[in-house]
Amino acid sequence: MPLLNTLPDYVLTTKTDELINWMRKSSLWYMLFGLACCAIELMHTGGPRSDIERFGATPRASARQSDLMIIAGTLTLKMALRTRLLYDQMPDPKYIISMGSCSNCGGLFQLAYSVCDGVDKILPVDVYVPGCPPRPEALTEGLLKLQEKIMSERWLAKDRAVAAAQA
Amino acid sequence: MEALKIYERVKERFPDKVLEISDRKPDPFAVVAPDAIVPIGRFLCGDPETAMDCLNNQTGVDYKDRIEVVYHLFSYKHRHGCVLKVRLPRDNPVMPTVEEIWRAADWMEREIFDLLGVSFEGHSDLRRILMPEDWPGHPLRKDFVEPLEYHGISTVRESPIIRLDQKKK
Repeated sequence: MPLLNTLPDYVLTTKTDELINWMRKSSLWYMLFGLACCAIELMHTGGPRSDIERFGATPRASARQSDLMIIAGTLTLKMALRTRLLYDQMPDPKYIISMGSCSNCGGLFQLAYSVCDGVDKILPVDVYVPGCPPRPEALTEGLLKLQEKIMSERWLAKDRAVAAAQA
Repeated sequence: MEALKIYERVKERFPDKVLEISDRKPDPFAVVAPDAIVPIGRFLCGDPETAMDCLNNQTGVDYKDRIEVVYHLFSYKHRHGCVLKVRLPRDNPVMPTVEEIWRAADWMEREIFDLLGVSFEGHSDLRRILMPEDWPGHPLRKDFVEPLEYHGISTVRESPIIRLDQKKK
């Protein structure tokens, strides 16, 4: 059947929540932001070989235009304050992928005086990607896990429940 | 020129300012008085026989009873080098800057100030370089006590090694 010419006449039915979630998960713009050596793998993940732009994830150079922050590298206490500021500048809904051992738990440097052991001490993390550093395949899987998480969200229903509680 | 010969040459010129010459392997060193580091540096840099035109590295060490500032000098012309050390009291480590002789000393002195608290007199911009401006203390000092939190971020860390030991008991 020639689908191409008949498609404009079809009607698709879906749930509003799922449509919104599908649109959101397909345009996860991540912040162009790296802290240490994991950032090299992050660049590779965005590069042509493992190309996460296939999944709609593209780097944005501004916190105010991004939906996703990938913490790539050792989080020092000095940088922790700046990272929290950047997170506060991102518009809702926003997500965080913690990439690599250092941002998961401090990694090799967790006992150093200048290192914050784990980004979850200061920010809410959605997906943890293990590895030191994680391969681009691992980070891609982390992104897919985050997309699964986004698809399971019920923003409109959540708002309705809040409204009912307030009424 | 051999490093030991360089130290002898410095000692001839500044007899009472060279406190000790050690031939310890692999890097023999000379200990010089803190107030003489600028004239000695200028001599080593300007003398055509030594021509130390490069300050390779400048670091500080805390030895619990004293603080040492270590200068690794190198000459691109003669391909030789030497090591100078300066001993400072731990409670008030103050010494003149060598920034005017080797421009490279600028950031290295800032690092020594940041991590060990050595104050360099005459430095053009003596601020912290690595740690945040409001960091308490100098972290490479042996008696540095880590604050329990920094801007609300807890710095109490669980040691994975200790936890394994407790499991054994």
